[in-house]
Amino acid sequence: MAEINKDLDQGRRSFLGSAGTATAAATIAPGVFLTAPAAAKPADQAVSSDNRWGILIDTQRCADGCNDCVSACEDENGWGQANTSEEHSNELQKSQWIRKVSLKEKTTGHVTSLPVMCQHCETAPCVDVCPTGASFRRDDGIVLVDKHICIGCRYCMMACPYKARSFIHEDLKDQKPWAPRGKGTVESCTLCVHRVDEGGTPACVEACTAENHEAMTFGDLNDENSIISRQLKEFGGKEIRADLGLNTGVRYRGL
Amino acid sequence: MSQRSLISKAALFLAAMVTGLPMLAHAGEVPYPTIIEPDQHFSADQECVLPEDEMRRNHMELILHQRDKTVHNGVRTREHSFEECINCHAIKGDDGEYLRVESPKHFCASCHNYAAVKIDCFQCHADVPVRPSKQHNQRSQLKHHDTLRTEKNLSSQTLKLLSTKGKL
Repeated sequence: MAEINKDLDQGRRSFLGSAGTATAAATIAPGVFLTAPAAAKPADQAVSSDNRWGILIDTQRCADGCNDCVSACEDENGWGQANTSEEHSNELQKSQWIRKVSLKEKTTGHVTSLPVMCQHCETAPCVDVCPTGASFRRDDGIVLVDKHICIGCRYCMMACPYKARSFIHEDLKDQKPWAPRGKGTVESCTLCVHRVDEGGTPACVEACTAENHEAMTFGDLNDENSIISRQLKEFGGKEIRADLGLNTGVRYRGL
Repeated sequence: MSQRSLISKAALFLAAMVTGLPMLAHAGEVPYPTIIEPDQHFSADQECVLPEDEMRRNHMELILHQRDKTVHNGVRTREHSFEECINCHAIKGDDGEYLRVESPKHFCASCHNYAAVKIDCFQCHADVPVRPSKQHNQRSQLKHHDTLRTEKNLSSQTLKLLSTKGKL
């Protein structure tokens, strides 16, 4: 009797499993997918290489002059306009975690606008050159600075091909508890690691989606069913300076 | 100065010390820092995450351990989180604003000034609460070692109820 029940259960389970996969992969229209959000990692569990977090940026949808992702990052992580205590540094010295870049093609005059931040490389030059081990890559692909170890030598700033890192030149006040930052250390985009660890989305992506620009997609590059992976599979996505072979986590469409 | 006068001066100094010391000891005891009690406790039956004497000696070990786990492994349990220390221990001044670490009444400063141990945590970290504590909602969702201590304190009936509701 028990064995019969077991067989029945297994049949039911496998049916539910296949039904679930079918739903998870449902495609409404090209580029529009339905998926359940990934469950958040338990807070006491370490990150693993099962995930590789990345962002896909659609430059066709990124409007020239729109700065929503940059201001969302400022507000979230407390830099730029969101932290007035960095008052002695000039514009070139001030921290910049994410910036908007416009490219104009000379022959046609076509302007492409795109946000550029830390590209979260798999083989990150900043990690290679760091003399103290402060610059490191987490198992899930997020490249960070451990500011407890950073000595502020700025080798990583020189090594980064994307000009993604900044150095803090002066004493700061009123930092966010989830984004500590201070004088004498280098910093850059953290892919909103505090949000990602709790199953969230980076602030820039959230702002872009909230304003209905839909130019940014965040997700797990290792999960072939994630929205970002399926978009990359269908439409492709380029790396900036792909010739360097860094395998970046941030990819661009229409570049 | 001759050797004799030097010796006599030294003897005088010694005599002054010997007679003076007991007077000093009686005049005033070693001053203790004024430590301000936080408004809230870790739980109903526990003041802090560890007993007070352990926290006084080892709080820096807990913070250091948690710091590496959080930065490198993304472990974001709240029990030994630096932010939660601040959330509980921050106190407001007369103007209704939270006291900053520059104030000698700030919880960390009150003891560290006394012990003359300079802390650089607040060059980067927030010294006042910014968002509400996440301690309690996270504790109810955790399954592993972080809740073992609290689970022991619950009655078997409560545990059964929580597990049927999927909260354990």
